[in-house]
Amino acid sequence: MEFFVQLLVNGISIGFLYGLAAMGFVMIFKSSSVLNFAHGELLAAGAFIFLTLVTWAKIPVFVAFLVTLAGSFLLGFIVERLFLRPLIGEPLIYVIMLTVGLASIFKGLMLLVWGGNLYIYPDFLPSTISLQWGNINIPPVYVVAIIIGLFFLTLFGLFFKYSSQGIYMRSVADNQTASLSLGVNVRRVFALSWAIAALVAGMSGIVLGIINGINVHDLSSVGLKVFPVVILGGLDSIGGAILGGLIIGLLETFTGGYLSPSLRDVIPYIALVFILMVKPYGLFGLVEIERV
Amino acid sequence: MNTIPLLQINNISVVYSDVIQVLKGVSLTVERGTIVSLLGSNGAGKTTTLKAISGLLKPENGRVTDGTIMFDSKTVQNSAPEDITRMGIIQVLEGRQPFKYLTIEENLRVGTATRWGKPYKRDMDMIYEYFPPLIKRRKSLAGYCSGGELQMLVIGRALLAHPKLLLLDEPSLGLAPLVVKEIFRIIRRINEEQGTTIILVEQNAAMALQIAHYGYVMENGKIVMEGKAEELRENPDVREFYLGMAASGTTKSYRNVKSYKRRKRWL
Repeated sequence: MEFFVQLLVNGISIGFLYGLAAMGFVMIFKSSSVLNFAHGELLAAGAFIFLTLVTWAKIPVFVAFLVTLAGSFLLGFIVERLFLRPLIGEPLIYVIMLTVGLASIFKGLMLLVWGGNLYIYPDFLPSTISLQWGNINIPPVYVVAIIIGLFFLTLFGLFFKYSSQGIYMRSVADNQTASLSLGVNVRRVFALSWAIAALVAGMSGIVLGIINGINVHDLSSVGLKVFPVVILGGLDSIGGAILGGLIIGLLETFTGGYLSPSLRDVIPYIALVFILMVKPYGLFGLVEIERV
Repeated sequence: MNTIPLLQINNISVVYSDVIQVLKGVSLTVERGTIVSLLGSNGAGKTTTLKAISGLLKPENGRVTDGTIMFDSKTVQNSAPEDITRMGIIQVLEGRQPFKYLTIEENLRVGTATRWGKPYKRDMDMIYEYFPPLIKRRKSLAGYCSGGELQMLVIGRALLAHPKLLLLDEPSLGLAPLVVKEIFRIIRRINEEQGTTIILVEQNAAMALQIAHYGYVMENGKIVMEGKAEELRENPDVREFYLGMAASGTTKSYRNVKSYKRRKRWL
């Protein structure tokens, strides 16, 4: 029983991180219909920026966290500005191929700078935020992951529901021509969605780095894991991305715990196939409002 | 009082994808505070004219290749829609086009995009006053509202931008006659109370000429006729081809085969 609860909590916190990473992916897809294959690299970049700031520049952890978030935000912004904006109006496949190329470039750069070794962060999380019930011990990282997950979900939920900028972003996703006709700055919306996507990706990169260690290949492969998550949740639903993340996270930890650790990377895809057989648009794919 | 016209289009040509020429030298003038109606059959170039003004040609790979569009004595042809909307030109697209997954109220808020950061509460009340059916639906998704409500929504949404020039593309499309009447009544009210200058593109020529001050008739990418609305209403060609009347004023009978042989004089 203790083992079960332990796995459950681990699964939920990993799930939240996948969900956050997937949320960024969905945001880009919703606003500009682009599948971002460089998402895992954005995530790894966040983890490495944080690593450099903490171990090399010796900046206090909390400040380093904020600086990393700002840096990721900027990175997303620059990527959109330099690489994607010139391709607005070109066929979608060009843009998607571009993100594949970006993924290789980022990965190469990171390997060049940091090499392929496994790094770990210095132990900075106070053990007081770990949770303890009887024999169940939840390490601080998982608590932090859940807190960050919940915090940012609420934050973005409110942002999209109530802020003007959030409503403009949804309007562009909904009907681009109509939002252009009302003077919505569509290019700004694209830039903002890339920036926010990079920010949440970077953040989940940091926390995943604390849990699993930091390695270019491992972290960028999370970008692939985002695919079952978003397809499961429905490509265009942010809530679905979170739920998909939780499902994949739980599936992974439970297979890893009860069956075999080597199966844990395969099971999500198997589950995906079965769920898609039943619900081809994903669990929360947008139901097309059709007026007859 | 400013006496130069609000909008002056001088001999513009519009080409899509560098090859397909849709407008072949269109000129028109819109005086401040008037409703100008643009009539013509399908494919005559009415919508393209509106898009040339509002800058929405660009996403469709269209371009003004010749001529000038002066708005408030500034040239605006081929400018970006972000800039044109901020100068005060807002187009209401054909076929409604609401944001289906946003509520009515959120749809209206997108209308304030050109005035980002400014208060909009009072404007919102004004819209609900013009379009009372929207109040009780303010929290429901636009995708589930009726055609009449949506037409009101998209006009209201455009009004929130405080346009100087409002471009309406077929507001009567697919609506019941009574709803059409209601919408035209509101359009006229907006023009009278807000002083908004309006260009109205319509298939429903009878309705359009009732509320317009001036009218243009387009055919094959050219303006073929223009005049005061009442003059156009009396013009025998307009009566026959756009109002569905025989030259004598009675409803046209298709039994009279000869009426088919009558040619449009200007072609």
